[in-house]
Amino acid sequence: MAAVTRVVLAEDEVLLREGLVALLTRFDFTVCAAVGSAPELLDAARTHQPDLVLTDIRMPPDRRDDGLRVAVALRAERPRLPVVVLSQYVQTGYAAALLDSGDGQRVGYLLKDRVAEVTEFVDTLRRVTAGGTAIDPDVVRQLLHRPRDPLRALSAREREVLALLAEGRSNASIAARLHVTEAAVGKHVGNILLKLDLPPSDDTNRRVLAVLTYLRADPAG
Amino acid sequence: MTPERPRHLAEALRRRDWLVSAWPWRALAYLVSTVPIAGVLAIGLLVIGAPLLAALNAFRQHGRPPDLPLMLFLAVGSLTVLALAPIVSFPVAVVERWRLGLVDGRPLPVPRWTGLAARYRSAAGWREVAYLFCLGGIAPIAYWVFLLLVLLDIGLIASPWLAFNSTSEPGDAAQVIVVWGTVDTAGEAVPYAIVGVLLVPVLWYAAGLLAAGQAAVVRWTLARPVDAAALREVARSRTRLVSAYEAERRRIERDLHDGAQPRLTSLTLQLGLARLDVGEDSPAARPLAVAHDQARGLMVMLRQLVHGIRPQSLTDLGLAGAVRELADAAPVAVTVSADLDGELPEIVETTAFFVVSEALGNVVRHAGATRAEVRLSRTDGDLVVEVSDDGRGGADPSRGTGLTGLADRVAAADGRLLLASPPDGPTLVRVELPWPR
Repeated sequence: MAAVTRVVLAEDEVLLREGLVALLTRFDFTVCAAVGSAPELLDAARTHQPDLVLTDIRMPPDRRDDGLRVAVALRAERPRLPVVVLSQYVQTGYAAALLDSGDGQRVGYLLKDRVAEVTEFVDTLRRVTAGGTAIDPDVVRQLLHRPRDPLRALSAREREVLALLAEGRSNASIAARLHVTEAAVGKHVGNILLKLDLPPSDDTNRRVLAVLTYLRADPAG
Repeated sequence: MTPERPRHLAEALRRRDWLVSAWPWRALAYLVSTVPIAGVLAIGLLVIGAPLLAALNAFRQHGRPPDLPLMLFLAVGSLTVLALAPIVSFPVAVVERWRLGLVDGRPLPVPRWTGLAARYRSAAGWREVAYLFCLGGIAPIAYWVFLLLVLLDIGLIASPWLAFNSTSEPGDAAQVIVVWGTVDTAGEAVPYAIVGVLLVPVLWYAAGLLAAGQAAVVRWTLARPVDAAALREVARSRTRLVSAYEAERRRIERDLHDGAQPRLTSLTLQLGLARLDVGEDSPAARPLAVAHDQARGLMVMLRQLVHGIRPQSLTDLGLAGAVRELADAAPVAVTVSADLDGELPEIVETTAFFVVSEALGNVVRHAGATRAEVRLSRTDGDLVVEVSDDGRGGADPSRGTGLTGLADRVAAADGRLLLASPPDGPTLVRVELPWPR
């Protein structure tokens, strides 16, 4: 990362907020503001125009999905604003809402637990800031539980590749993860796109997004 | 033969020491105190029966119907007394329940005055009226018969003295009439007196029987089982309790979610940061790695724990949204249709959620189904939750597929669970939970 990434952070629990600030600072992010409620987040993000917004979902005033609502609102104002949302639980609906906001890219939906894996977490933040999309593997896993006919057509290996794709990984990174060649991954991706009836493209993110959009479409259809 | 002390008259009567115990006296006190009450009630009964008596009398004596004005007057009186009976019966019943304590130590339910209309509407009120009729009609007859027997016995016992006194007048051949004969002298009367004395314990027993009979009638008519109003009250208070419990769960969930979970996350994060600065070859590296792993494991555990207390999805998304999340997570195809308007009571919401969760779990575990459907709808006074699947059916609550636990949970929220699961399916679980408009 050449340029310094400026971050606005929102988390209502002070200890965790401090921890996140420490983590971000350590990895050369600049924390412009660290706040503890949804309205403050909205203000801070508008004031500082950060390169990345990192926010918790459940926070004051309503302690429901306030953080997510602000994230969606911010992306309505700035469709290309990178946003990473931390969730205590896997809720596919939240991931969907986030993916539907703005340009559908530069979003991350992660379980809070992931902050424990410090380096992976930071990688994810950087990926999203750089224009990628990161959806927590657990969300993808839950979505893949859906017995949809086109998905049933996928082999186990193809599902694995799809899940990794959904995390916003590149073919090279998937290849390293599955201990196969990059060419093999490319073939899998091609097959997946074919089976899921998606137009092939070089842009992994768009493909992932298309997959996710497809996955979260109502299964009744 | 009960070794411990008898609790009421009927038990005492069966004991050998009845005659020498305090029980006969208690029975006697009961009988004597009945007399004024029964007397007043008998008059009331006569007023009610007056038109009939007047009519009978008129026909018997004059062979024609009685005067209309008289009959009207009597009929109005009769109907007035009859109409007042359920009101009069209340104080009488109170007194009678209290008096029952003389011969019966067992506790009685104490009814409350629930208003005038309730006296005419409740079965309990009319049972008390029925008791009034017993006390005013049957009791006097039984008492007269008993009194007659007592007087006869007194006559028998006193016969020698009576004979002696009557013969003390010289030249007077007065005869004393005893039950089945006459005696002239005291000597002749002695056998009668002996019979009379022997009859005393019999009468003692008879008094006990009479009192016990009356007490049984009182218990049967006045110590009625708790009626529906009280039962509803009980059920309501149970629902209140469950609601309080739900609120408590919500509080615990909030405390854990807002307090413990972020701190644990923060701790894990700090450990993760520390590991970055500790070289692989440092002696601290391994224990730090172990601590980090344990903290991560604890995060997962705590998350599951909190979810079990109260699913966060329910707090965040409401019932329909949370059920859709459940459907998303299910390994079989689940379609959800929700048609709900308005705010659900918290207890109904959580109960419904766990019903769906458990029912879908059953579908996955037992039914071998490929598809399931969840329908949430609102009827006039209920939230209706239906979960159906195309599985093998034959779900049997007695085989413990979690259905009974589910039914208990539903019952605690004052709802009911219905199940249709023929062999070869399909299975339908229907739960109705109270949701007043």
